[in-house]
Amino acid sequence: MIRVRDLRVRYREGGRPVDAVRGVSFDVAPGECFGLVGESGSGKSTVLRALVGLASDWSGTMSVEGEPLGKSRSPRFHRRVQMVFQDPYGSLHPRHTVDQALSEPLLVHGLGRERDRRVVQGLADVGLEESFRFRYPHQLSGGQRQRVAIARALMLDPVLLLLDEPTSALDVSVQAEILNLLHRLRRERGLTLLLVGHNLAVVAHMARRLAVMQAGEIVETLTTAQLRAGTPTHPYTRCLLDAARISRRRG
Amino acid sequence: MTVSPASWRAWLLSEAPASRLQARLGRATRLGLALGHHPLAVAGVGVLAVLLVVVAIGPWLAPQDPAAQNLDARLLPPGTPGFFLGTDELGRDILSRLLCGARPTLGIVALVAVSVAPLGLVVGSVAGTVGGWIDAVLMRVTDIFLAFPRLILALALVGALGPGLENAVLAIALTSWPPYARLARAETLAVRRSDFIAAARLYGASTPRLVVRHVMPLCLGSVIVRLTLDMAGIILTAAGLGFLGLGAQPPSPEWGAMVSSGRKVLLDHWWVATMPGVAICVVALAFNLLGDGLRDVLDPKDTPTR
Repeated sequence: MIRVRDLRVRYREGGRPVDAVRGVSFDVAPGECFGLVGESGSGKSTVLRALVGLASDWSGTMSVEGEPLGKSRSPRFHRRVQMVFQDPYGSLHPRHTVDQALSEPLLVHGLGRERDRRVVQGLADVGLEESFRFRYPHQLSGGQRQRVAIARALMLDPVLLLLDEPTSALDVSVQAEILNLLHRLRRERGLTLLLVGHNLAVVAHMARRLAVMQAGEIVETLTTAQLRAGTPTHPYTRCLLDAARISRRRG
Repeated sequence: MTVSPASWRAWLLSEAPASRLQARLGRATRLGLALGHHPLAVAGVGVLAVLLVVVAIGPWLAPQDPAAQNLDARLLPPGTPGFFLGTDELGRDILSRLLCGARPTLGIVALVAVSVAPLGLVVGSVAGTVGGWIDAVLMRVTDIFLAFPRLILALALVGALGPGLENAVLAIALTSWPPYARLARAETLAVRRSDFIAAARLYGASTPRLVVRHVMPLCLGSVIVRLTLDMAGIILTAAGLGFLGLGAQPPSPEWGAMVSSGRKVLLDHWWVATMPGVAICVVALAFNLLGDGLRDVLDPKDTPTR
């Protein structure tokens, strides 16, 4: 489904180039949930942004569904691949109602005729009642906003969903709800998920395989079974694992 | 079935509107209610409402013909029977001239407003969204216009085009759009890196669509506020052009031209210049108060408007 080889992404920060991703390679199989774990600044979100075309200064090769990706993305790509952002407060337009937010993708792709039916269906799919349809984002809670953001990403029936820390801005109880929702949607629709996060426990809960990133490089790729068995070889992975254990014990 | 005001209110302010129309009306209602809690803004709106009435029916309210000269009744002071606000140096009734002059004066303001705000909004939001060389070109043009004092540039334009009301409107419009472009660009830069713009790009929204549907609605608030605050300036620029004889031409009772003609007799017959001056002042103040209120209601834009 996804094939990334030797991906390098460069950012310009105050005129100085910063290498955010330095030679990352990984594969994601169709229907799989693959995790990308690392601390802030490890370049994991940048990998997602490069994949969807939001970071333009990259080199290496990337392909999705066998199609190599260039500098721009086709309408077909936009229908097949969608992304959910970390902060549900920033990813919804403050002056658009839920209805507008969910209709926009349909209107862009010439599906305006099915608008009413698909918006109501989209809300139902993420567990929101129809009464939410004409509310503004400021009238919603963080969890409800993230549900709307997920519904928006699913409006075009994508096969691949990229999740950029979808729960880290939410309360712990709401986190579990959103993770369960993603779990259910993945099962029902046969979605392929690429989940990025800094919380090893959250990512391991969703993903079968995961890659650990540090300073723009993948230091280790392993299955969650290996992780549970405690066989990670790289010291950084162990460090993350210990941190997760401690936070759970305090929990 | 009877519909009581209370149920209307509940319908408008519903937290869970049932249709697009209801959601839109609800938003407008909240805005109106918030503005209603602002006494000065309400005062501004009140003055402007009176003014609109004068614009609509002023010529019928006027007790005399605003252009009728009566050299026997020159420069009568305010309070003279038949001439409530006195007469000017040609014996014309000042009250009638004020009532009839509201139309050309506010006509200038309205024309400038509807041409300046959209132009600045488009230039600024396109420059901010697209970036690159288009941004550079548009902003340098804006800077060039900004570099000249507004009245001087308007003077030069009217001088070249010839005096008259239409050319005054054109000159003022051409010299007042750059601040709007700057403002819209600044607002655009603040939102263009945000996730909701990125999300819109991700479902394939084109750049024109991004500008019109996603960026412009966010710039609109501050542009409207700036416009109401600028109204006073536009009136004064129009009055300034009128004063210099480059705006409305006699005998048109435009307020700036009236101040100008009163200047010659200012020391002995103060009311000729003062009456239209007071009118300009009141209108400018009303627009300023409304602008202040709108700024409080529309900013900060993300807080719930309750």
